[in-house]
Amino acid sequence: MTPTRTVFLVARRELNTRLRTRSFAIGTVVTILVLAGYLLLQASLAEDADRSKVGLSGQATGLAAPLTATAKQLGHTVEVSDVKDPSEGERMVRDGDLDAFVSGTADRLRVTVRSELDENLHKAMNALAQQQVLEAQLLAAEVPNTREILENAARAHVQVDTLERVDPQKDQRLAVALVLIVLLYMSLLLYGTMVAQGVVEEKASRVVEILLATVRPWQLLLGKVIGLGIVGLIQFTLIGVTGLAVALATDVLTIDGAATGALVWGLIWYVLGYFLFATVFASVGSLVSRQEDAQSVLTPITLVVAVAFVLGLSLLTRSADDGVTVVLSLVPPFSPILMPGRIALGVASGWEIALSVILTVTAIAALTWLGGRVYRNAVLRTGSRVRLRDALGV
Amino acid sequence: MPDAVLEIDHVSKRYGDVVALRDMTFDVRAGELFGFVGSNGAGKTTTMRIALGVLAADSGEVRFSGRPITFDNRRRIGYLPEERGLYPKMKVLDQLVYLAELHGLPTNSAHRAAENWIARLGLRDRRGDEVQKLSLGNQQRVQLAAALVHEPAVLILDEPFSGLDPVAVDVMSAVLREQAAAGVPVLFSSHQLDLVERLCDRVGIVRSGQMVACGTVAELRTGGDAQLVVEAPNAPPGWADSLPGVTVDAVHNGQTTLRLAPGTDDQTVLTAALATGPVREFRRHAPSLTELFRNVVSS
Repeated sequence: MTPTRTVFLVARRELNTRLRTRSFAIGTVVTILVLAGYLLLQASLAEDADRSKVGLSGQATGLAAPLTATAKQLGHTVEVSDVKDPSEGERMVRDGDLDAFVSGTADRLRVTVRSELDENLHKAMNALAQQQVLEAQLLAAEVPNTREILENAARAHVQVDTLERVDPQKDQRLAVALVLIVLLYMSLLLYGTMVAQGVVEEKASRVVEILLATVRPWQLLLGKVIGLGIVGLIQFTLIGVTGLAVALATDVLTIDGAATGALVWGLIWYVLGYFLFATVFASVGSLVSRQEDAQSVLTPITLVVAVAFVLGLSLLTRSADDGVTVVLSLVPPFSPILMPGRIALGVASGWEIALSVILTVTAIAALTWLGGRVYRNAVLRTGSRVRLRDALGV
Repeated sequence: MPDAVLEIDHVSKRYGDVVALRDMTFDVRAGELFGFVGSNGAGKTTTMRIALGVLAADSGEVRFSGRPITFDNRRRIGYLPEERGLYPKMKVLDQLVYLAELHGLPTNSAHRAAENWIARLGLRDRRGDEVQKLSLGNQQRVQLAAALVHEPAVLILDEPFSGLDPVAVDVMSAVLREQAAAGVPVLFSSHQLDLVERLCDRVGIVRSGQMVACGTVAELRTGGDAQLVVEAPNAPPGWADSLPGVTVDAVHNGQTTLRLAPGTDDQTVLTAALATGPVREFRRHAPSLTELFRNVVSS
């Protein structure tokens, strides 16, 4: 029998047993629901932010058309309604049925809001009030071409020359990057721990003795790592693709290309990160013979992953292009979380990506060799915890 | 396979200062049931684990059919480890199919073999259950099936009878006999010496990592001093004390058990006994394996 077939059989067993578990289905569905719920919430908040309900009363009712038009210029949607009684308008604002209630005369507009007037709406109202006053005074002064003057004034605007272009997609990119590193962190931690627990399970149940009578340790290890890695990849893909689809469908994201690219890079880095940590998880798992002891040996590794995540979170939001961030994103164990984050932000250059991949692959090779050695030496020693030094054979 | 012999050849192993095996040497021939007996810690499990390659020997070699056991022919060994082990959450059938495939069977044959052993060992109602949900006895059956499912050419079973109920012991015995009859060398360890005596073609007794006696039970008996049981009701105490080459082992219920040094003629004993009066019983005593074991291990 070829080693490939052995590895395939081991990996297939992991796939079959894990994919069929209820925890996999529930975990995937719950994560998708949480992500989709978050996106839908974002979508509705974003929509509310650009939309106001305004009640008009008295003379102000005549402002419905110009108010809507001015607000629209500022990117704000206004829904107007007439309110007969001023006290009624105030009550509606208090109850949240109206965002703002406008009363008074054209030159002395009064706006009643609950706590704060939307900035755009405020500007629109001010502009409108100024225009009203101007028009009234021009007409009073009997200036002949009042209409023309007003039109010219309305047409005038400042020309803005930007020296540095601000990425209009910056906010969206940051959101994508953050969601991505959260998913990466969760997946790496979850599936790394699963590898370790799988190793401990085989040791605790002694089945490893039967297996190793016919399978070489590296074949068992590789099969397990690949099998669980595929399970994780399937879950990551399901969550990522669904999340992306929901985000694009609800217009929370409008950057189709960039977001899809980020997801693809996210998947690539999931694989790299998983292989970076998996053998380490497996080797520390092989040091203990009981599930109860697993947590204590796993803590140092989970801490490393957590540190990478926390660093990623703070560095990417604040200084994604700083020297420190660039360097950290190049080197393992930070690269699997920082680099895809920076790629999603669109601030990683080609050579940085290439270098980080090369460094990570090198680290994978080194850690796999080391982890395989520890695993091979420790996996058949049952009983008390094996000391790392003994397992390394130094 | 005319020479499907499992040979353990001068295998030594030490753990630090503790010598686990010293020049362990014996062979298990094709179609033979070989019983491996010894006190706890004598080195039985270590020998078996080395034969399986789960443990490396310091020196010596294990061969099968004249070739050293390597990773490739190790697949053909069926192994029942002392510490039973199966995936607790895997279903019986899936587990057996998986193990059969790992030992090199194609998927179809693996399924057939697994179903076959499930039926043979009376596990048909349990084939879809997780192993952890089975009774201990049934788990043992699954474990045996796991050792046999890939049609092994050699069987190495560590304490296969421990924890089995009498019915399961019969099933296990029948399976082992049948495997041996098919030409498979079967090596198993056990503390149930009466069972070993009944079942085995040859027996090996280990003490402190060394094989101290090895052969058929009859051969083991010839190795020791001959024993005589004499019942002479009128004989005075100490009647046999002065006979040359004779030591009195025990006097019990009027029966005297005597040990004869090599070359001692039992007829002189009979003459001496008859001189005391009637002799009701006079026979050679064939010691049981348990007695042989005690002698060998305590000497």
